Amino acid sequence: MTQTIHIAPITRIEGHASIAIHLDAEGNVADTQFHTMSLRGFEKFIQGKPAEEIPRIVSRICGICPWHHHMASNKAVDRCFGVEPPPAGRKLRELMQIVSHAEDKLLNFFFLAAADFVIGPESDYAVRNIVGIAKANPELATKVVRMRQMAKMILEKFAGKAIHPVAGVAGGFSKPMLESDRVEILAKMREILDFALFTIEFAKTQVFPPYLETIKTLGAITTGFIGTVDDQGAMNLYDGKIRIMKPDGSHTDFDAQDYADYIGEHVFSHSYAKIPYARFWNEGICLDVDAPKGIYRANCLARINVADKMATPRAQAELEEFRSLFGRPAQGTMLYHWARLIEEVYACERAIELLEDPSITNPLVRNEAEPKAGRGVGCVEAPRGTLIHDYTTDKNGLITKANLIVGSTHNIGPINMSVHQAARNLIKNGHVDQGILNKVEMAVRAYDP
Amino acid sequence: MSAKISSEWLNSCSGCEISIIDMGERLLEALALIEFVHLPALIDHKYYGQLGDQQHLHLPEADVGIVSGGIRNTEHLEVAQEMRRQCKVIIALGTCATHGGIPALCNSFTNEEIVTTYYSTSTTDKPDAIPAQGIPALLERCFALDEHIKVDIYLPGCPPHSDQIFGALLALLKGQTPELPTKSVCDQCPSVRTGKGQVKALKRFLHAPEYLVPDEPLERMRCLLEQGFLCMGPVTRGGCAGNGPTPRCISARVPCRGCYGPVKADGNQMLDMLNALASNGIDIQSLPEKESLLRFSGAHGLLRPGR
Repeated sequence: MTQTIHIAPITRIEGHASIAIHLDAEGNVADTQFHTMSLRGFEKFIQGKPAEEIPRIVSRICGICPWHHHMASNKAVDRCFGVEPPPAGRKLRELMQIVSHAEDKLLNFFFLAAADFVIGPESDYAVRNIVGIAKANPELATKVVRMRQMAKMILEKFAGKAIHPVAGVAGGFSKPMLESDRVEILAKMREILDFALFTIEFAKTQVFPPYLETIKTLGAITTGFIGTVDDQGAMNLYDGKIRIMKPDGSHTDFDAQDYADYIGEHVFSHSYAKIPYARFWNEGICLDVDAPKGIYRANCLARINVADKMATPRAQAELEEFRSLFGRPAQGTMLYHWARLIEEVYACERAIELLEDPSITNPLVRNEAEPKAGRGVGCVEAPRGTLIHDYTTDKNGLITKANLIVGSTHNIGPINMSVHQAARNLIKNGHVDQGILNKVEMAVRAYDP
Repeated sequence: MSAKISSEWLNSCSGCEISIIDMGERLLEALALIEFVHLPALIDHKYYGQLGDQQHLHLPEADVGIVSGGIRNTEHLEVAQEMRRQCKVIIALGTCATHGGIPALCNSFTNEEIVTTYYSTSTTDKPDAIPAQGIPALLERCFALDEHIKVDIYLPGCPPHSDQIFGALLALLKGQTPELPTKSVCDQCPSVRTGKGQVKALKRFLHAPEYLVPDEPLERMRCLLEQGFLCMGPVTRGGCAGNGPTPRCISARVPCRGCYGPVKADGNQMLDMLNALASNGIDIQSLPEKESLLRFSGAHGLLRPGR
């Protein structure tokens, strides 16, 4: 007799997905699938629309990371129209994007991921969540909610809309920053940096230690990595060269405009979303846990692996400690949680750097754009990975063609593999319980899809 | 006894759920009065039993069911119908649920056009077949929630402001019907209108609107529509600022695009806007394209392939 276990929906993740685990007659894992459930068709329905409107439409790909779609799209439109933002416009775009990173990582760690560690992977599902954490530790929960809210409200207060933003516009940013805004936001970001430093210390001393074995083994696979670095090889979340690293640590850097020479997308019958892979490795794509081909991973662990260093001091110190423990590239899937908190420190430090520069208040924030025929690739590091928007426009500046590689999709291949690895190791001879199934989901949650 | 709340997201982006979380500390206070029995974003309750071994999708009973997103595939439909069976009150949360939202822009195309484009982009390997294994089939178009199930309360917005979500929950807990704004974005906009303008044609939003100094208050900025930019404020339901005074996009000095849907629930933002432009003497041929006037409200058969 064979059996299929449906983990549906996968919970405490940011999108819509499910897992099917097929057991053989002995009750061992024969096969697994990670299903992505939706196909919305942005590539088609933005066609024929004015390019300058697209940053306000594609934000709806994701309500958790709309700022990143908004910015990648703005960059692509600028390139189609041959316009560049003035320096202060560029700085405001990066500032909003980086504050959004800072907010997102607090949301992920405390609201989605932490319950598996703080309440425990095998605890009752009814309390294994942020509500359970709030009841067990109300003081911490209040602080978390307040800090995340502070970051979120920086975005809303300054840029009007925090979810599905509108302030990035063709040729720059929609409004200048006043000195009073700068002083207020700077003070808030300093407070959030303190909380980021508290969080990583709290995680290293109280959250991760009981689970070090789990962290090393659960969902562990060996793959390459993708991220963005600046000219000095330091991690950058807003702009730079794309770097793809092989599992052995060797790497290739390229301009985002040339992404199609390096990345391919493969269609699998069990997933609406296409699965990207490193086509330029010329080995094809294979999701076999023991012998993968073409597979790299994205998101925070990937970014800190591909980066030679971090551009800010506290984040650099954290990276050095991390590397001394786990090497480079670090492969443990659960290490995403740790890497995310290092990035949180970077995001806060980088926001402060931008705000300490008084030129960010220069009132010239937007250059005039003119619709024209062109092609442009806009790329940023979204929380969930390297995000690529590629548009072509006609002479009226209307979209004729679009290709989108969304950050989280880079990890769909790896998630399939981690799910398989976790299920295979945990389910033996037909023994399945809720704790085991939650651990399989933890192998997904690490990627924050 | 606390009220049981069940929440689902269908053809959606999670923005509405983030807006729930954006209630901030009010959410922590609300937890004393409510219990979430199902909420995939935060709570580990499963469709097919906690061991994934049941044959049929099952959701718990609840006093209030909150549903975001439209209905685009067979699983969305199954979940929406089960929510309706199990919940005493259904709230359609967000413009996708009330009017289709941005994803309903797909209604201008056939499924075949959408699928073919997605699986044939420059980076995509030619597929052997279109994916269909273990994933729900697409329905013929993207539906608003009330095209398939009865909806009791409509909370439009992309996303609805967290103040309104909080207000609606509070009202329901007191046994009252939530009161929602019925005016337009224009009615709440502080910018200066001088009456019938001199504008004869619309400009695309390719340069900054006019205002004199960076800290000029919005109360002194000339209405963006009177400056010649398309602004959907006249035909869009207000309330996007929650308890705040100023429409959100306007506060960024950016024109409204209609995210709260039509002022009257069954209004047509495209027809209403074209009428508004024409009655002000603005040449509607100056719009680069018209479909975007329904970018938030293309369900209910308003956007169709080949039109």
